[in-house]
Amino acid sequence: MAFLDRFRNPNLTFLAHPHPHSPDKPILKVEGLTVAYDSGAALDNLTFELQRGERLAVVGPNGAGKSTLFKVIAGVLRPSRGLVEVAGHEPGGHICIAYVPQRTQVDWSFPATVADVVMMGRTGKLGLLRWPTHHDYQLVRQALDTVRLLDLADRQIQQLSGGQQQRMFIARALAQEAELILMDEPLTGLDSRAQEELFSVLELLHSQGVTVMVALHDLKIAGERFDRVMLLNRRLVGIGSAETVLNPAQLVDAYGSHLRLLPGVDGTLALGDSCCDDGEHDHA
Amino acid sequence: MLEVLLQPLQYPFMLRGMAAAVLVGIVCAVLGAYVVLRGMAFFGDALAHAILPGLAVGYLVGGGAREPLFWWAMGTAVVSSLGIGAVSRTARIKEDTAIGIIFAGMFALGIALISSVRSYTVDLAHFLFGDVLGVGTQDLLLTAVFGGLVLVVVFLFYKEFMILAFDPVLAATLRLPARLLDNILIVLIAVAIVVSLQTVGVALMVAMLVTPAATAYLLTRRLWKMMALAAAIAAVSAVIGLYLSYYFNVASGAAIVLTCTTAFIIVWVATSLNRRIRAVAR
Repeated sequence: MAFLDRFRNPNLTFLAHPHPHSPDKPILKVEGLTVAYDSGAALDNLTFELQRGERLAVVGPNGAGKSTLFKVIAGVLRPSRGLVEVAGHEPGGHICIAYVPQRTQVDWSFPATVADVVMMGRTGKLGLLRWPTHHDYQLVRQALDTVRLLDLADRQIQQLSGGQQQRMFIARALAQEAELILMDEPLTGLDSRAQEELFSVLELLHSQGVTVMVALHDLKIAGERFDRVMLLNRRLVGIGSAETVLNPAQLVDAYGSHLRLLPGVDGTLALGDSCCDDGEHDHA
Repeated sequence: MLEVLLQPLQYPFMLRGMAAAVLVGIVCAVLGAYVVLRGMAFFGDALAHAILPGLAVGYLVGGGAREPLFWWAMGTAVVSSLGIGAVSRTARIKEDTAIGIIFAGMFALGIALISSVRSYTVDLAHFLFGDVLGVGTQDLLLTAVFGGLVLVVVFLFYKEFMILAFDPVLAATLRLPARLLDNILIVLIAVAIVVSLQTVGVALMVAMLVTPAATAYLLTRRLWKMMALAAAIAAVSAVIGLYLSYYFNVASGAAIVLTCTTAFIIVWVATSLNRRIRAVAR
């Protein structure tokens, strides 16, 4: 039954290559990353590193390549050129990365409960031809408890609010035991209370040493709630603290014609990112 | 009343036909859950039609013998299912266009081959619309074995197929062998189509895959419940359809499909009304 065991073990299947982690390496290392579509470059020569437990906001206009970047890191898309390393190894053998999709890209009428979706995260660790055990159900409950959705576990996923739907996917990432969570515009369409709840969950993840990369439109939130900010427009315009990255020159560089710079009171600068759902945001 | 129910069952061909129709209904309905959720109805319809040339060649080679037809159909179905899958992945045209081209081409080839035989219309009608009352013991056995096999594989890969239907990106990040699993699902659909051939025929096949599953989809909010309910609806529809066929002397495949369709319409109207009423009450 050696063949069957190989088939079952998620780290040793004949279809995926095993990639142990190197704990001394950064959780994410990207070097000279280029992704070219038929229509042109989606990402051009990106180089950056991410340390364990860091919170990085990724901002840039629509079409800047945020989703493309996330999909390459998740191992869904192959880069045309360059190197991507997760904990010292190429993506492809890892199941420690979780991708939280944009809410509009999910089939919410799918016949599944909240607990069903979170259990999907366990599938990678379970391996083929195995059914969830008591331990897996325990982990799912724990994950739901962490994001405070335990009482909604048996709801059909369509019956959740926008913020609850986001937190359900974070619970799925937790059930997956992900070390790097990629979130594609999780704030879109959330009211400020739902955003607060989401950030308190992200705070909890931070305290557990989970690394998060979040694509955003809101520059103010990017500056206030994250350790570092990445400004992206197909190429890397800047990465670092909000003060160094979100300066007028670089913002004009990244946003170009999408951006309107307006003088505000107290020497602040108001800017409108015309691709946002909810209009204008302030940036100090 | 009891007489009405029991009278058709005194004929062995009725019993065999009913057993076959119930089996086929259950297999197609369970698999149909994935067909509905992944939007593969057109693929299923095309695949059923693409089997016709295989049936025709088997028919011509075997001189009209029925036994080898099952294997000819099985071979054609598996080959064309993987072929359609490959073309739709690699061709630079849209998937439904690729399916349309292959499906119509294969179907035309099948009709051309069969039309070279004298007794063309009768045989063609059997292939197109099924002949459930002609199901023999051997046919029933093959249906049970292969239908059972489909159900076992669906059960084994339940959690993987669910992820592929709900979130292909998650499947990729979890390193599931997505291509292999997709091909397994496609072959399962091919096998389900072949075992259903005698019951409903090529032309009405897609209804068995889609209608009971869609009806169950309106009523349930969990995948395994959707599958179980779809299977129940299909089995009951098969029995009712065959009684209707017996007493009103209509084609059996059509009667079964019409029963499924009626069930769908009733559920659809009831759930729409229910939602309307709830919205007003709120």
